[in-house]
Amino acid sequence: MFEFFAHHSKLIDQIGINALLALSLSISLRAGSLALAQAAFMGIAAYVSSIGAVHLGWNLGGAALAGALAAALVAAVLALPIGRLRGVFLAIATIGFGEITRIIAINWPITGGAEGLSGIPNDANTLSIYGTLAVVGFAIFLFGRTKLALAVAATREDESAARGVGIDVAGVRMGTLVAGAIVAGLAGALYAHSNFFITPGDFGFGRMEQVLVMCVIGGVTSSLGAVLGALLMTVLPELVRFLHDYREVSSGAILLGIILFSPAGIAGLWQRRT
Amino acid sequence: MTSLGFAEQLVVDRVSVRYGGVLALDAVSLEVPPATVVGLIGPNGAGKTTLINAVTGVVRPASGTIALGEARLDRLSQHRVARAGIARTYQNIRLFGALSVADNVRAGAYRRRGTLSDDAVRELLTRAMVRDHELERRAGTLPYGEQRRLEIARALASEPHVLLLDEPAAGMNPRESGELRALIRAVARLGTGILLVEHDMSLVTAVCDHVLVLNFGETIAQGTPAQVARDPAVIEAYLGTGAADSEHR
Repeated sequence: MFEFFAHHSKLIDQIGINALLALSLSISLRAGSLALAQAAFMGIAAYVSSIGAVHLGWNLGGAALAGALAAALVAAVLALPIGRLRGVFLAIATIGFGEITRIIAINWPITGGAEGLSGIPNDANTLSIYGTLAVVGFAIFLFGRTKLALAVAATREDESAARGVGIDVAGVRMGTLVAGAIVAGLAGALYAHSNFFITPGDFGFGRMEQVLVMCVIGGVTSSLGAVLGALLMTVLPELVRFLHDYREVSSGAILLGIILFSPAGIAGLWQRRT
Repeated sequence: MTSLGFAEQLVVDRVSVRYGGVLALDAVSLEVPPATVVGLIGPNGAGKTTLINAVTGVVRPASGTIALGEARLDRLSQHRVARAGIARTYQNIRLFGALSVADNVRAGAYRRRGTLSDDAVRELLTRAMVRDHELERRAGTLPYGEQRRLEIARALASEPHVLLLDEPAAGMNPRESGELRALIRAVARLGTGILLVEHDMSLVTAVCDHVLVLNFGETIAQGTPAQVARDPAVIEAYLGTGAADSEHR
């Protein structure tokens, strides 16, 4: 048992970080917003926490909180111009925001540019990653029992009718974007602090797409589904290493299969279909 | 439950709404006092839905005021109008389709403190004459008539001062619209003011205390249902020029 963990600790940590990312996206998706800025939020927090750790000597806790806070602030500002966008338009605008963030990271001297930022203290371990995941999961569970969770679901179903019962739709959308940014920010800080070094490419469109696939496979509005999607999509490429250069095909095939046979994702397999 | 005497009066005072160069509503005034059913009728394009949209904050009046008791509504955003105590149903049903019947009713009570118990939800379903009390059923899977009634249950859940019903009888069979009549009267009896937009004249005649007739954005007549039905301007608006003359001959 211990040997298994020792051998696969890197992979286990990666699953935890990806689960956090998938959860962060599912928070926005629950309100019906296809806001694809998670990779950018992750990157902002990764750089803020790493620069703080490298240059100012912050410890992991402080660095992660500062990173999450920075991501949240950026999300709150981003929420204003994208407030009126929906669906595909929102997706395109937020992907554009992600690209802007990546290009700033490449060109701003303090980030180390395209070559990356190295020397980040490697102080995030399995315990801190899964501890964070547990806290975030519990917070989402508690939130699900409040009246605000109903406001989020109603916003997803019909914005106009939601306003008609007194729900502040713009507030709900901004709130979910910021909450998602905090979780993505924690994931980004943990990622940086378990990897010695980061580059802007770690937080580009490829990462965003990966997270979206996890959520779609898990079932877009289910937290447990998001975690399972992250587990599957992180482990699968390792299991099919024998396919060598073709192993990326496996994730594409799974995505296609899920969309064709269980559009509600893995969560759809246990959720009631009435 | 809204108890008698606590509802506020809705007052629309000389409200005009412009869509670009088109004057969709021209200085329309109306009042919906507590425990009263006010009918709003008129041909298609007369401005009925525009008036509802102005009251609920969907469109902003170019001039005029809208107030609920002491509170001005005409500068508020949609969700603040709802929180002030104006509930509505929609011409095309707008339920939260993927959510349960119970969650739809609970969402209706969003402006109130706390959340509704299952018993409170069942009581509202009973009041709105929803037959199926399977609380966990997805609202979108209910039959059409049940969806209409569930929408009314959701609106009642907010304990509104004023309830706006936008063509609630559309698509209902005669038996269902007979039940709707009883439901509207029962809601008004408990103190809620109701503004009813409806094409079904027999329903309007049966439940309304007061009727306002719009045509091309202007009020062309108002009074009791019987007075309005006799009004030459109303007959002309509905049947065309000449019809009123032949009626008088």
